[in-house]
Amino acid sequence: MTLEVLRFALHGLAANKLRSGLTTLGILIGVGAVIMLVAVGNGSSQQVQKNIERLGTNTLTVMPSTSGGRGGGGGGLARLLRGGSGGAAQQTGPRAQAKNLTVDDARALADAKSAPSVKSVSPVVTASSANATYEGTAHAIQQFVGTYPAYFEASNAPVARGTYFTADDVLNGRKVVVIGNTVAEDLFGTVDPVGRQITVSGVNFTVVGVLKTKGSSGFQDADDVAIAPLPAVQQSLTGYGALNQIVVQATSPKAVDTAQSEVTGILNQRHGISGSNAADFQILNQATLQSAISSSSRTFTVLLGAVAAISLLVGGIGITNIMLVTVTERTREIGIRKAIGAPKGAILGQFLVEATVLSLLGGLLGVAAGVIGSRFTVVGVQPVIVPSSIALALGVSVAIGLFFGGYPANRAAKLRPIEALRHE
Amino acid sequence: MTTVLDVQDVTKVYGAGDTAVHALRGIRLTVDEGDYVAIMGASGSGKSTLMNILGCLDVPTGGRYLLDGLDVGALDDRRLAVLRNRRIGFVFQSFNLIPRMSALANVELPLAYGGVKAPERRRRALAALAQVGLADRVGHEPNELSGGQQQRIAVARALVTSPALLLADEPTGNLDTRSTEDVLGVLDRLSADGRTIVLITHEDDVAARAKRVIRLVDGRVVEDRRAAPVAGPPPGPAEAEVRNR
Repeated sequence: MTLEVLRFALHGLAANKLRSGLTTLGILIGVGAVIMLVAVGNGSSQQVQKNIERLGTNTLTVMPSTSGGRGGGGGGLARLLRGGSGGAAQQTGPRAQAKNLTVDDARALADAKSAPSVKSVSPVVTASSANATYEGTAHAIQQFVGTYPAYFEASNAPVARGTYFTADDVLNGRKVVVIGNTVAEDLFGTVDPVGRQITVSGVNFTVVGVLKTKGSSGFQDADDVAIAPLPAVQQSLTGYGALNQIVVQATSPKAVDTAQSEVTGILNQRHGISGSNAADFQILNQATLQSAISSSSRTFTVLLGAVAAISLLVGGIGITNIMLVTVTERTREIGIRKAIGAPKGAILGQFLVEATVLSLLGGLLGVAAGVIGSRFTVVGVQPVIVPSSIALALGVSVAIGLFFGGYPANRAAKLRPIEALRHE
Repeated sequence: MTTVLDVQDVTKVYGAGDTAVHALRGIRLTVDEGDYVAIMGASGSGKSTLMNILGCLDVPTGGRYLLDGLDVGALDDRRLAVLRNRRIGFVFQSFNLIPRMSALANVELPLAYGGVKAPERRRRALAALAQVGLADRVGHEPNELSGGQQQRIAVARALVTSPALLLADEPTGNLDTRSTEDVLGVLDRLSADGRTIVLITHEDDVAARAKRVIRLVDGRVVEDRRAAPVAGPPPGPAEAEVRNR
């Protein structure tokens, strides 16, 4: 008899194709939207992750802290407070003792004994907006970096053409440079830049390599860079002053936190910082940044999912509405069925199956629509489908059919045969 | 001879208080197996109410009603559904076939709810349709058939489960003379085969075809006349015409 009930239900749906189709459409849109929007949220969060990874993996960036405040964010505020109190009692430590980061600091961090979790250390000086020219063509390089070869690996910057500069180039202070893609295109156009000379602030550099394209991340064009050996940049552009940062690469992703404490320990010792004094440097941990951003992007995904869930709910109410209309319209038929001996369960089953088939069909089509829709790029984001969202959306749509179909179906089943038959 | 119907002091009241309507004021009635009973009465005499109670579509306000020796008042919803399915075949004035379902599917319907397997169901439905002379119309939907044909399909649906009792509520009320004759002919044949039939009508020539005529006025039985013995055949059209003259 179950089979019969199923057949009656399908028959009932087929009798009103347009109505069934439109009801299905409501669920289709709901389920499709859930899958699609969650995929967009997921895709954008993966994109952000990738952007962060592009900055380098397993890396710590040590920067001088101008205020002496601990941590990055507190610096500006601490300075303001101190200014306001007119240089009175300074709990955070005497400003005069603040030391700059030096190449010696970097060397100390590279010591395998005291810092076993550190894989490589690259001291970095940065000259911003260095004017480069090549045969009359000029280009202002956004970032001109002087560093050690280890920097390429630590900052995840492989070359596409040519080669890296070597430790030998650093030792001898050779004026060689690896340029980013934007620089290469602006200065050389279609010409292969490798082996040619560019002039930066009057000093000639030989291009040895071109970096692989990174794409822009936020406001900055990550390809508008040039990387040269540290002594060469210090000599020609920045002078032999303090370092802008030290990029430390940990041996593995797990070792990043250990490396951070090792680096902190060594620098505290070298800069003479003990408990009461505030550190004059800050350490930016890539992993911390990543987890902060991924948690915020998760919130974003949940938000999108919630909006889509509402449309799924509206689709469910559409099912209730249509089923109520159907039951009212077919009251007489229900009476006939009851008069010839249909048990309550059969009537209940028939209308429940109708509602469930509507929602299941809508759900399946919605999954198809969501999957197909996710193949296209949506406002610059390539959606990435979360498999569990498919299972969830489909499950919810079936549950909606049962739940929202339950009320009208129950109403149909409870009708007294004589009342149902008298219904016009 | 077994008693199929045993109605004991059945009353039915619609509404309550000053506006209460007493549709049935204590009906006593027994119908034996193989009888062909016509219940007559003007509209408002309570004959339809009685029919609905006999068909287990409605419940009496007072009194007892035994069908095949079973007290119907004591049954729950589920058991009532089974009773309607197995013991009663109901023919309505307005046919009440399910639209957009073929004649065969309509006739199969009671068997489907009775849990009969598909091949058996088909065989019995085809036999019932042959019995009402519509074996060639099995694939047609109700709106493709004439009123008389629809009502014969309804009769086939009513008797497909071989019920103890066939109830017909003004089966010819919506039919022209020819179709009426078709349907009455089917009922005559069923009665001759020993089927118990209770029929409601307000037309004398329809009532004349029954073996027994009961007349209702204001919810009471005022006349109970036997026209032919229970065991014998029904009077048939020729004799009915003579009797009506």
